[in-house]
Amino acid sequence: MEYQVNGKTIPADEEGYITNLDDWSPELAEEIAKTENIEMDEERWEVVNFLRDYYQEYQIAPAVRVLIKAIKKSMGPEKGNNKYMYELFPYGPAKQACKIAGLPKPTGCV
Amino acid sequence: MSDVKKFLYVNRKAPYGTIYALESLEVVLIGAAFDQDVSLAFLDDGVFQLTRDQNTDGIGVKNFSPTFRALGDYDVTRLYVEKESLDERGLTADDLQEIMYEDEDDDWAEKPAIRIVSRAEMTDIMAEQDVILSF
Repeated sequence: MEYQVNGKTIPADEEGYITNLDDWSPELAEEIAKTENIEMDEERWEVVNFLRDYYQEYQIAPAVRVLIKAIKKSMGPEKGNNKYMYELFPYGPAKQACKIAGLPKPTGCV
Repeated sequence: MSDVKKFLYVNRKAPYGTIYALESLEVVLIGAAFDQDVSLAFLDDGVFQLTRDQNTDGIGVKNFSPTFRALGDYDVTRLYVEKESLDERGLTADDLQEIMYEDEDDDWAEKPAIRIVSRAEMTDIMAEQDVILSF
């Protein structure tokens, strides 16, 4: 699989996770979101940016349970809960948001 | 009444050069999703996995040592390090990175996850386990 952004071709694996993490850009994120049928808004960007920071610090994409707990800690319970997160990313907050954030598939996500 | 088993992951190998250390950590992270009682042990060259300021630029592999600091988020809060293994390699506790976790039962107080134990204590820890996985 691959994405087209500003005339550049970005390679990705068969599930749509980009192959080279350095290829990521906000424009690419919008493009990946489109293929996931997701409209990026402020709330979704907040989660995607949170994931990128988490990866920067710990070098892993967290499992969904861990992601929601971490969001709860940093943004409060009105955002750190399953309902809110699944409304933003219906096919799995960790899976979809990681893909959009240009991270590998979450560890422990089978 | 409870199905929770005690799992101990034993790490004996240096972090790079073989895939054991990274694979062990991945299994820990995956296994932590199943709500078991998980702890880690580091002995022999395995103690090098926790050393601070690792830099893998020269060998072209990913430095995964920051991931140990995420273990608290996965409710893995006990990393036992054998004192004799440190001594034999000229290392002390100060050579290891700081790994903290938040204690849910103590108002989320930050506590160190690394516990230095003697070889004799390590024997007792192993004897308490239901499952030991060696890497």
